[in-house]
Amino acid sequence: MNWAGLYTVLSGVNRHSTAIGRIWLSVIFIFRIMVLVVAAESVWGDEKSAFTCNTQQPGCNSVCYDHFFPISHIRLWALQLILVTTPALLVAMHVAYQQHQEKKLLVLTGHGDPKHMEEVKKHKMRISGSLWWTYVCSVVFRLLFEAVFMYIFYMLYPGYQMVRLGKCEGLPRPHTMGDRVHRVVRACARRGQHNSNPSSGKGSFYGHKLSSEYKQNEINQLLTEQDGSLKDMLRRNPGLQEKGDRCSAC
Amino acid sequence: MDWGALHTILGGVNKHSTSIGKIWLTVLFIFRIMILVVAAERVWGDEQDDFICNTLQPGCKKVCYDHFFPISHIRLWALQLIFVSTPALLVAMHVAYRRHEKKRQFRKGDQKCEYKDIEEIRKQRFHIEGSLWWTYTSSIFFRLVFEAVFMYAFYFMYDGFRMPRLMKCNAWPCPNTVDCFVSRPTEKTVFTIFMIAVSSICILLNVAELCYLLTKFFLRRSKKAGNPKHHPNHENKEETKQNEMNELISDSCQNTVIGFSS
Repeated sequence: MNWAGLYTVLSGVNRHSTAIGRIWLSVIFIFRIMVLVVAAESVWGDEKSAFTCNTQQPGCNSVCYDHFFPISHIRLWALQLILVTTPALLVAMHVAYQQHQEKKLLVLTGHGDPKHMEEVKKHKMRISGSLWWTYVCSVVFRLLFEAVFMYIFYMLYPGYQMVRLGKCEGLPRPHTMGDRVHRVVRACARRGQHNSNPSSGKGSFYGHKLSSEYKQNEINQLLTEQDGSLKDMLRRNPGLQEKGDRCSAC
Repeated sequence: MDWGALHTILGGVNKHSTSIGKIWLTVLFIFRIMILVVAAERVWGDEQDDFICNTLQPGCKKVCYDHFFPISHIRLWALQLIFVSTPALLVAMHVAYRRHEKKRQFRKGDQKCEYKDIEEIRKQRFHIEGSLWWTYTSSIFFRLVFEAVFMYAFYFMYDGFRMPRLMKCNAWPCPNTVDCFVSRPTEKTVFTIFMIAVSSICILLNVAELCYLLTKFFLRRSKKAGNPKHHPNHENKEETKQNEMNELISDSCQNTVIGFSS
């Protein structure tokens, strides 16, 4: 089951749509699904492998990638296209139900021969009565899904822009004492701060929400590990506590 | 043999399902199999290559990966979808058996057989009653059991449905507690929650279908029990037929095929 399978399922619905509905379905398949499959997937194909961070620290690349791209554009578009096209199936189900009722009626009135049955299958249903309500509901749901996904896109990737450079300052850090303290001090400062600068990677509000619990767990762990050594370091270097470093990746 | 072939096999079962069964099948193919093929497989595609551990110890990364992911999400979902869709084949087999019996009767020239030719037998849709009702209900029951078992297996193996970003591993041969980082944890969490939500919807649909079948069974039974003294005569049948026709006409009056006289 892939995009071709979805096309087979939805092209049956086409017959019972309005003229604008048919144009909409063609636009979906040609300008969105086809562009996604033929072009966008190759553009995003190397999104993770070609995401390069200026560090040798193991895991930093993965963490920063996850921070900047909580859900990849391609997957969001795939979900959007699937959810936007499926309300049309409500209409298909309603039409199938009405055709079933018509066939039953024909059988009861003695017109149950194959020729009449074929005619029932082939004739186009008028969009009136309960079918009109189903059709309108499907259009409303389509609009709703489109709006929700455009909003999600805007929330995840502010301004719909792809930054060329992102600054990422989260875990993991190299295991040297100084950096360890920095990490803990930053962890403490991080809790109350919000950085909305997109180029520093903090614009991803949703990513922040999703990952904040994990980060909190990591922070707590670090705090308990570093408790003893922190106190010594702070006693020896009181200036460290005053550094207003912003942790933008957490 | 791929998901397309499964779609072909199960599409044939669709004809003999209830309406809820048809909706369930649509949800299965579009929201689960299609999402798996089109999106989830890409997300999990680099799960082992991009599982990075902060160590140079040979073998440590592989051992840790195996420890945290005994069975990958993708494989578990594939198994779940296969197990959940195959009870429908019980129904397909039963229908095929009935058709075979009808064809045998037709060829023998049995006068009870009401079909005109073999094609009609092939195209006929069987009502879900008698032994077919039991087969159909058993298939729904097995579907429910498999869904529940796999959801429990997921929850048990991965301790909830979240994918953590960092895992600490100290399995041999890792020299100490090593930090291991999972690739795309947020995206994986989102897809896991989506697939679990759709599984839950499928479970609800199956429960609804089971209730519908049981209700139909008990109603039919109470009708039969309520009419032991009434002889099914010609007048009663005509009345029921007329009532049904009136109902159908009032339901479909706006979309009835023009040209058929009553």
